[in-house]
Amino acid sequence: MTQTTTAASGAAPTKPVVIRRQARSDLSARGEPFVWLMGAALVIGLTMILGFLAFVIYVGALTFWPSPIEVVTRADGRVVAGEVFRAERYRVPEEVVAAASDDVKAKIATDLGFADRTLYRVGNYDIFGEDFVWVSEFDKKSVAFPRDIYMIERVEWGPFIGRIKEIDLAGTKIADPSGAKVAAAHKAAEARRKEIERIDKVDIAGVNHEIEELRLKVRRGELDYGADSAEAAATKADVAKRTEALQVRYEALGRKVAALRQTDETYVATLEAIDGQTKTLPVSRFMRLYRANDLSSEEKFWIYGSRWAEFITGPPREANTEGGVFPALVGTLTMMVLLSLAVAPFGVVTALYLREYAKQGPLVSFIRICVNNLAGVPSIVYGVFGLGFFCYIVGGSVDQIFFPEKLPTPTFGSGGMLWASLTLALLTVPVVIVATEEALAAVPRTMREGSLACGASKWQTIWRIVLPRAAPGIMTGLILAMARGAGEVAPLMIVGVVKLAPELPVDFTFPFVHFERSFMHLGFHIYDVGFQSRNSEAGRPMVFVTTLLLISLVLMLNAFAIYVRNSLKRTYQTGQF
Amino acid sequence: MADSSFAPTAYHVREGGQGISLKVESYSLWYGAAQALWNVDMDVQKGLCTALIGPSGCGKSTLLRSMNRMNDLIDGLRTQGQMVIDGEPIYGSRIDVIALRKRMGMVFQKPNPFPMSITENVIYPLRVDGVTDRKLLAEAAEAALRGAALWDEVKSRLNESALGLSGGQQQRLCIARAIAGNPEVLLMDEPCSALDPIATAKIEELIDELKGRYTIIIVTHNMQQAARVADNTAFMYLGRLIEYGDTKAMFEKPLVKRTEDYLTGRFG
Repeated sequence: MTQTTTAASGAAPTKPVVIRRQARSDLSARGEPFVWLMGAALVIGLTMILGFLAFVIYVGALTFWPSPIEVVTRADGRVVAGEVFRAERYRVPEEVVAAASDDVKAKIATDLGFADRTLYRVGNYDIFGEDFVWVSEFDKKSVAFPRDIYMIERVEWGPFIGRIKEIDLAGTKIADPSGAKVAAAHKAAEARRKEIERIDKVDIAGVNHEIEELRLKVRRGELDYGADSAEAAATKADVAKRTEALQVRYEALGRKVAALRQTDETYVATLEAIDGQTKTLPVSRFMRLYRANDLSSEEKFWIYGSRWAEFITGPPREANTEGGVFPALVGTLTMMVLLSLAVAPFGVVTALYLREYAKQGPLVSFIRICVNNLAGVPSIVYGVFGLGFFCYIVGGSVDQIFFPEKLPTPTFGSGGMLWASLTLALLTVPVVIVATEEALAAVPRTMREGSLACGASKWQTIWRIVLPRAAPGIMTGLILAMARGAGEVAPLMIVGVVKLAPELPVDFTFPFVHFERSFMHLGFHIYDVGFQSRNSEAGRPMVFVTTLLLISLVLMLNAFAIYVRNSLKRTYQTGQF
Repeated sequence: MADSSFAPTAYHVREGGQGISLKVESYSLWYGAAQALWNVDMDVQKGLCTALIGPSGCGKSTLLRSMNRMNDLIDGLRTQGQMVIDGEPIYGSRIDVIALRKRMGMVFQKPNPFPMSITENVIYPLRVDGVTDRKLLAEAAEAALRGAALWDEVKSRLNESALGLSGGQQQRLCIARAIAGNPEVLLMDEPCSALDPIATAKIEELIDELKGRYTIIIVTHNMQQAARVADNTAFMYLGRLIEYGDTKAMFEKPLVKRTEDYLTGRFG
């Protein structure tokens, strides 16, 4: 090296330049501030996520805990009974201050015009016309917790808070409702209610379904042979006979229900609200009743558990603000499974072609960029596409070809489980493609060469060596896709999710999975309960409970997928590579 | 660099008595614009072990991988000339590459067992052929493992993952896999470069046993290894075949000055 330098300069050797290096590296060179910055960023992110989770879990877990009922006597003598919902500090309006007594005025003045107030959930919507009442702290004369106040959850109209005056069990009048007799009567009434529901939803629905099938049969006969053909007439006569038999069954069921209802009417309770108004209700209308201020811890746990059980396994009531979310849970799960089934093969096959078979060049690069950009398209756009393409074009054609007798009622031609899943699959497929491509690229070249050298074809190599080896990476993509799919609500509102679905997408009638049905979804349920219901204040606790459930569901699905991925990894990727 | 700076190729090959297995006929190869092989002519004797030696980048691996067309995977590759195995051409538009590869087993620099059980690794060539007869597969696996001198070490754990074997065992497993398909030629691309001396000795011993049954072509950057295992040795330099001949004669008295320089360590 020295020689060349001298030769190049051609002159006498100059004094070599000595660069003195710093003995100590300065702060920025050591990167210390950047480490702090990165650490701080991580801490901020984690704090936000954990804080949110803690909040949801706290609020969601406490919602179902039975709280005591306060009976508040106000300054003007009116009485309010209810559960404490929340409390806040507010600026007292001028006219209220003006109307208040002198010492209250003085107190508000020392607090700079502010005062505390509490929101009570008073229930009895059918009597009072409101579920909630604000009571200012200065307005409270006394607060009591009487032991005989009942919290009664009803099938409709929300909870009733008050006393039970008298119970009439088919003529036997009982004043004290806590006895075993009343519990037994309540149990029997509940059984009757469930029986009525069952007859309504299963038996009568089944008869209706059969009648509808027969009507369709006539229509099909007309379509196949012409409206005035002999075959159509024969079908019509046959169907008329069978419909008659069904009508008889229908009426018998109707009588059975009427009889049950009549029995129900004889078991009634007379309730008295805190202000003295009374109301008489059949016992079967009660979901749950307990003395809120007279519960042992054990009873509280029992009520808490039974509320959770109702929430998870029960149907919604009261415009979704009460009852359970079972249909939404089933809908979400079914949709996630269908979504995974659709997105996995589609994404993997596309990625395989792009990475293994397509000739790498500008066109493939362009396609790849397009696929990556698809991931950034607003999800509502996919919803509109799903409605236009899947529901109207594909579904409409399917209806024309396979279900002409049902038209103009659409079968597949409107939003439903299948189209919602496919729309979400389309939405999440870029994630799977990108992850699969990366997983395929990460399969060592030596593996492919080893297989090819054994005389395997390219396809055999891909099928037997490359895909198993890439499977964990593909699973990662699938996990990400599922997580994204679980979080989407906007496109679903257009392609098949509804506020209240009469039937589940999966049930016990053939063919068990009904892809054409619209369904309920936990994400939409949150939106609906929180922002679309009659009383958003009453729905708010349900919002957090449902959020908690949705988060747990996504977490469980992800945990399962991660478990599968790790076991794949153990099988295919350990060793010294 | 002009062609004239190279001495003409010197041949003094030891005959195996079984004729010629693989014939390379004025074969040239380009990676894009860069030429990697220049007019290589070479007859590989059947049943013998032939070593390809030379400094890094001389094209010995390229030549070896051209023999079973593993280079096809590389974009922008161009070849000229021909290779012939047992009278049948290797290059041409109508050649069935898969059938061709089935006639040649290949062992790579780094052991590359598949993420499967030991047995499944060995019978992979048969699986690819669609063989499903369990008895036949088990027999083939045992024969191949015995052939690769691995049977005694793995017979108790045939269904365990091949990835749990040591490096040397993995490489012998790869040899077993290569011979399970009953090839005519075994191509070995520096099979010992990732192994320790003891594992290397075992592989060399194995090569000694296998030759005769198979024609072996081995690329090595270890001259001692070539001297130990090969009957014939080909010395390559800058993409040309410089000298090709009987190993013993070549190591004792090379005919070309450049071969002598390399063998004595004056460059390389």
